[in-house]
Amino acid sequence: MAQQNGMVERRGAGLWLTHVGLLVGIAFIFFPIWLAFVASTVEQQEIVRPPMPLLPGDQFFSNYARALTSGVNAPVSTMLLNSMIMAIGISLGKIAISLLSAFAIVYFRFPARRLFFWLIFLTLMLPVEVRIVPTYEVIANFGMLNSYQGLILPLIASATATFLFRQFFMTVPDELAEAARVDGAGPMRFFFDILLPMSRTNIAALFVILFIYGWNQYLWPLLITTDPEMNTIVMGIKQMFPSGDDTADWPVIMATSILAMVPPVLVVVGMQRLFIRGLVDSEK
Amino acid sequence: MATLTLSNVKKSFGKTDVIHGISISVEDGEFIVIVGPSGCGKSTLLRMVAGLETITSGDVQIDGRRVNDQEPMDRDIAMVFQNYALYPHMSVFDNMAYGLKIARTPRAEIEERVAHAAKLLQLETFLQRKPRELSGGQRQRVAMGRAIVRKPAVFLFDEPLSNLDAKLRVQMRLEIKALQRELGVTALYVTHDQVEAMTMADRMVVMNGGIADQVGEPLEVYANPATEFVAGFIGSPPTNFLSADILGRSGDTKVGVRPEHTRLSDSGSLRARAAYSEALGAETLVHLKCADGTQVTVRQDAASTIPQEGNEVGLDWDPANEMRFDPSGRRC
Repeated sequence: MAQQNGMVERRGAGLWLTHVGLLVGIAFIFFPIWLAFVASTVEQQEIVRPPMPLLPGDQFFSNYARALTSGVNAPVSTMLLNSMIMAIGISLGKIAISLLSAFAIVYFRFPARRLFFWLIFLTLMLPVEVRIVPTYEVIANFGMLNSYQGLILPLIASATATFLFRQFFMTVPDELAEAARVDGAGPMRFFFDILLPMSRTNIAALFVILFIYGWNQYLWPLLITTDPEMNTIVMGIKQMFPSGDDTADWPVIMATSILAMVPPVLVVVGMQRLFIRGLVDSEK
Repeated sequence: MATLTLSNVKKSFGKTDVIHGISISVEDGEFIVIVGPSGCGKSTLLRMVAGLETITSGDVQIDGRRVNDQEPMDRDIAMVFQNYALYPHMSVFDNMAYGLKIARTPRAEIEERVAHAAKLLQLETFLQRKPRELSGGQRQRVAMGRAIVRKPAVFLFDEPLSNLDAKLRVQMRLEIKALQRELGVTALYVTHDQVEAMTMADRMVVMNGGIADQVGEPLEVYANPATEFVAGFIGSPPTNFLSADILGRSGDTKVGVRPEHTRLSDSGSLRARAAYSEALGAETLVHLKCADGTQVTVRQDAASTIPQEGNEVGLDWDPANEMRFDPSGRRC
């Protein structure tokens, strides 16, 4: 930026105040995470005996190794893998299905097209929690309890993503579809050669959102995974809490919490570059 | 290279008739311009030839082959769109090669054809660029290139120059025409710009409300308009129309005289008051108002005297240049 003054004029005191405000805000939000991290690097006794330590201890490697290999009910590495499969399955599935359904709704004229659109739209009003009992029934009858299919399939349809792609496809000029027709591309060829590459920024943005959505699923995996080997990490943390007289293994639980945070953060940071680049060289 | 025949082609959207039966037969290598105001159905007609709109009734034949029910790609046509419709994520090369790739043309031939088209269009240095990195005129060329590499029987142009600025439009006009001559491909070109129609067409079709009012060579259409609409649409500034009343004649025949054929003369029987004038340098357009409010425009040499605003003058013309139209707008 050549110009020092942007749209908002920045002046000494105001600038500092803003920064102090932001720093305080960040510290406020970050403090619990810091505490969790500290707790994951010390021994059990240090946590339960007040005051709580505020600086990391020397048990980092042993606590994390313990969490990853044995955990409390199931090794955290297994739960991480389960969560990863579920989150990726859900986001890729959602993207594939909603791309195709948006393609159908925007580019094909079929009977009751509007009706189908509104039916899809209606499902927006029915989140997993509302239909959880019948969904459970269906999945149980299919024998999909404690399986990846059971974790992924019920969450794989997305009205939001369909709607988003529909809106995007409607901004693509009709002439592009016509040019492809003149060039001899059939509908699916047009979809894969032209529409899909053009939507890649939308896909990237959506992937981030959906991955986090899938990763953070709590209630559904809690219901259908009774086998600890199939636990996902977000619900797994809750399962680690002791019931009855057992003592909680806090350092391992905290290590698990920190580990549960890492993949979404990596996805956000990694994909952010991709979709900001996509937004900058916007093309249509 | 092919002939193109439309026989009594009609189009309706639901109950609305858009095209009321058009028959044109285009010779091999001919450049036909379809011109008309917006909403006259000219684009729809072109899209029916392309296969992007269904044909309600009538036949479209390319080289004697009825193509009504064929997909666009099977019709052996290539189309240039108004907004170019380039694939934004593909390089110029890929944009031009896409149709050939789908047709499973051998790689070497694709490269050869694209290289040839790129040379014709002076696009050689841009082949690896994306459309967004090109100027409007260059994008236009890529769209042309995409049409050329297919070696189609018929070129279809849908207002290809209307997104360009005036100067570029004149230049591209000449280039398209030259290119079409060089390649000898039959072309159908839709525009609302009568200058494009006059300068590019071998023959032009003047459309009005879904009807072809006149089909003919540009100068013939200019000199001898078949209807009042054609007389008013072709030629700039438009023809002056004068009712029988104001001319003091009997009957209800309307008279049309082009501004370039109208003279200012003191002896003229028709009197009009000069309203304002537009000096264009080489010529001056004088706008006058008759007693009943009819507007008349006279094209004057820059050298001649221009009447003062508000002054009354007489208007005169050579009777040979007079065009008479009956109340239905037909020439009589």
